[in-house]
Amino acid sequence: MENILSVRGLTVDIPLASGTLHAVRGIDFDVKRGETLCVVGESGSGKSLTSLAIMGLLPKQAQRSARVLDFEGVDLQTASNRDMRKLRGDRISMIFQEPMTSLNPAYTIGDQLIEALLLHRKVPKSVARERAIELLEKVGITAAANRMKQYPHQLSGGLRQRVMIAMALMGEPDLIIADEPTTALDVTIQAQILRLLKDLQRELNMAMILITHDLGVVARVADKVAIMYAGEMVEAGSAAEVFTSPKHPYTRGLLNCIPVPGKTAVGEHLGSIPGIVPSLIGDVAGCAFRSRCDEATAQCASDIPVRISPAGHLYRCVHDYDRSASLSVNQPKSGEA
Amino acid sequence: MLVYTLKRLGLALLVTFAVSVLSFALLYLSGDPAAAIAGETANADDIEAVRLHYGLDRPLVVQYGEWMFNAVRGDFGESYYFKLPVSQLVAERLSVTMLLGICGISFALLTAVPLGVAAAVRPNSLVDRIALFLSVMGQAMPSFWFGLVLIVLFSIKLRVLPPSGSDSWQNFVMPTIVLGYYAMPAIMRLTRAGMLDVLGADYVRTARAKGAGEFRVMFKHALRNAIIPVVSLAAVQMGFMLGGSIVVESIFALHGAGYLAWESIGRNDLPTVQALILVFSMFYIVFTFLSDLLNAWLDPRMRVG
Repeated sequence: MENILSVRGLTVDIPLASGTLHAVRGIDFDVKRGETLCVVGESGSGKSLTSLAIMGLLPKQAQRSARVLDFEGVDLQTASNRDMRKLRGDRISMIFQEPMTSLNPAYTIGDQLIEALLLHRKVPKSVARERAIELLEKVGITAAANRMKQYPHQLSGGLRQRVMIAMALMGEPDLIIADEPTTALDVTIQAQILRLLKDLQRELNMAMILITHDLGVVARVADKVAIMYAGEMVEAGSAAEVFTSPKHPYTRGLLNCIPVPGKTAVGEHLGSIPGIVPSLIGDVAGCAFRSRCDEATAQCASDIPVRISPAGHLYRCVHDYDRSASLSVNQPKSGEA
Repeated sequence: MLVYTLKRLGLALLVTFAVSVLSFALLYLSGDPAAAIAGETANADDIEAVRLHYGLDRPLVVQYGEWMFNAVRGDFGESYYFKLPVSQLVAERLSVTMLLGICGISFALLTAVPLGVAAAVRPNSLVDRIALFLSVMGQAMPSFWFGLVLIVLFSIKLRVLPPSGSDSWQNFVMPTIVLGYYAMPAIMRLTRAGMLDVLGADYVRTARAKGAGEFRVMFKHALRNAIIPVVSLAAVQMGFMLGGSIVVESIFALHGAGYLAWESIGRNDLPTVQALILVFSMFYIVFTFLSDLLNAWLDPRMRVG
């Protein structure tokens, strides 16, 4: 199947008074139609900037570059502002983390939904209105016609996120980017919203990039997973691969943090990864995770190869965890992909 | 919304009452009113006669009640100087003051809002610096001085505008600029601060993510929210301008209510001064009240819910 979005060597640099912040440092991924890619990482790993870089909505001072940034044959790097505006909200939609503040308090949700369609299609307002009501019903909002007249402050967080989802769907996008869409919501609502997103993605055969720090979310919806650490993609592959045989020490550390029903005993300590993400200001050499890694050796300060596991998933580590089951120091194989 | 309106209305009425008491008290705070009316050459008998004639010998509460009762019906007594009904005098002059106030606030809004938006879009740019300079100037320059500078420049040196009077539209140009420039800095800075705040808001990013163009993002999504406090400030400023144009009207000898107030103070014409204070305060109170209502009407979070 054809890739909808191809990204190669994407970087985002932010000039600061104290030096350049290398927030995203050369990441690669593809998304196909009907596929869900989950981008996982902790705060500051560059995952939100990655999504904004695709949308062309980075803060003014941030600098984006990439070898390839291709959306269905359109090079997003050379696309004009006007072309990007035509893509946004129509072919590529985005759902944000904060449903409480992402809707404009001065307009009714009906106005805001209708606007999303009228910005891209020359259709009568009544048609846009009908579509808005239809989509509100689709995202599980009852009495949709009445909700259209309400203002955001009259809706709960869960309802607002449903409205945001409906708004993202107004233009029937090919790609939907959801940046931690459930983080701000109650746990019970989180599950509903996730299921809704997944169902809609299947039904409309969209590609979806779901950004999250919650591996529980990933396990439920992902076809492919990309683990980000300090602006780099440290491991990427099919969800089944990454979950069953994680390679990178960071990925294994993350998975250790999650309790597994039936396996984790009551009262047992859950795993945690000590330390904090290193500063990404100035030149970053070697593996950014080495200061927190139990398995770090002197070689970790040198250039890190990208390795491909037998099953075909990628990880970025000096240690070759496929050749040796033990976690002892091995001579790194120079197998750059 | 109804409860809110009633509360604001109650507050406005209370303030009105307080102001009316104060402006009534003015009559006595400035010395014996009977002596003032009788004039400097009057003897004790004359003063006593005046006191009886004007009913100034009665208890204060009765006098206040009568004054207030008449004032509510639009009767503020007779001007000591013109020997004409005060209400007639004030009404004639108010049209000029209102025209000046409307011109002034329009000038202020038309310069301040675009400048504030431009400054917020590019903070610390040249436009922002110029806007800051203009607002600091406007804040720091006293109106009377700025007015005189304009007169020297446009009336005496360039001879393009008349320095005084209120006969043609040309008489209003300089007063409008002086009065408007006085209100401009606060409106400009509030617009800028509001826009800066709103431009970083999540819903502005949502608007961009929808594919809205920059112009639409600025004016439909951002300014609509940033303008709410600006509108209420402008309404209060408008009330202030109608009452506070005394200085400006005096400089340009514009025959408005403010000029009348200034003349009447000089002439010890207390009924006129009292009436003007009450009218000016009423403007202020009415516009503050309107500003509260406007605020609620513009912000759905106050209107609905």
